[in-house]
Amino acid sequence: MTTTDNQALEREDIEALLPWHAAGTLSRRDAQRVEIALSCDDELTRQYELVREELAATIHLNETLGAPSARVVERLFAQIDAEAASARKRSFNLATWIAGQLSQLSPRTLAWSATAATLAIALQAGLLAGLYFNDRGGVGGDEKKYDTASTTEQVVSTEGSYVLADFAPDASVAEITSFLESHKFAVVDGPRAGIHYKLRVSPTGLPKADLVRIAKRIQDDNKIFRFVAPTE
Amino acid sequence: MQESDEALIGRVAAGDKLAMQVLFARHHVRVYRFVLRLVRDQTVAEDLINEVFLDVWRQANRFEARSAVSTWLLAIARFKALSALRRRPDEELDEEAAAAVEDPGDDPDLAVQKKDKSEALRRCLEALSPEHREIIDLVYYHEKSVEEVAEIVGIPENTVKTRMFYGRKRLSELLKAAGIDRGWP
Repeated sequence: MTTTDNQALEREDIEALLPWHAAGTLSRRDAQRVEIALSCDDELTRQYELVREELAATIHLNETLGAPSARVVERLFAQIDAEAASARKRSFNLATWIAGQLSQLSPRTLAWSATAATLAIALQAGLLAGLYFNDRGGVGGDEKKYDTASTTEQVVSTEGSYVLADFAPDASVAEITSFLESHKFAVVDGPRAGIHYKLRVSPTGLPKADLVRIAKRIQDDNKIFRFVAPTE
Repeated sequence: MQESDEALIGRVAAGDKLAMQVLFARHHVRVYRFVLRLVRDQTVAEDLINEVFLDVWRQANRFEARSAVSTWLLAIARFKALSALRRRPDEELDEEAAAAVEDPGDDPDLAVQKKDKSEALRRCLEALSPEHREIIDLVYYHEKSVEEVAEIVGIPENTVKTRMFYGRKRLSELLKAAGIDRGWP
């Protein structure tokens, strides 16, 4: 490529940069290139004047377009408020709610609550032990003192089909309750490891393939469940 | 000192409505004018800027600060404007195209205003194709660099320079047809 060709290409490039030079958006290096070219090229300087006319006309044209009406800002922030309220409602989480309620209790109240809970558990344990020994005729005794329907029958049914499930963090209590009720599922255990719940999905033992299918169907409801797997 | 747009976007991402109000106040007029020049309908333009800023509220956490906030806004606005134009009935577009290519020289009003070069220039700017109008607005009014225009329009930087050159050339042709010879190109 000859020097003349190079100069022609450089001039063409400078010419293309004139609009950005007029708008002041060139890098310092390019702006210097344009300035040098303008200082020694009258035709380029004349063209630059045309560019400046176009710039002024474009700004004038745009400035006369006015501004949007106030309804835009009103509508936008009404929508934002509505979305924010909806997001707050969606993000209600049972664990967070319980944690929040507990955090509002004073240490003294918490201590009393813990004591009351311990007593309740001890009482339940005593009753269960009593029932057990009555059922077996008592400690050292030969005959049962009394029977109840609940103790002669199964106390906790081991029959049924179960899945292990994690609820989605965004799922609300209302959504979870509604889902469980509509499918006649019940939470029978949990949370295990802080997040897993055991759900009874059928009162009878189902074939494994059926249980896998049910687990998959539940899992597909992503709004409520994060993870679902068959379990014993 | 004025808080930067980037800092405002960070606050918007955290759900700060006041930051959103400041950002909106700072940019909505320019975004509106950019969209209005593309869609040529005030009601549609207002609906579109509403959508643009709602997107900003919802997706502020996706802003990666690789470009200026105003560039990001214009890119979103352009995408929405083009989608709206595609949804318009064909006959409406045809009418608009016909209005855009109308020879300004045939306009008796313009003939009277021939001496007023600035006014003629503005009329010819209006008569440019949307493609040329858009690039001239971005460079002259929105003060976007070659790189930023390339990002907003989604074309290579060299194409930006070429398109600007041909836009200006077309402007000179329209002026010449209106009786104003600029002696270029």
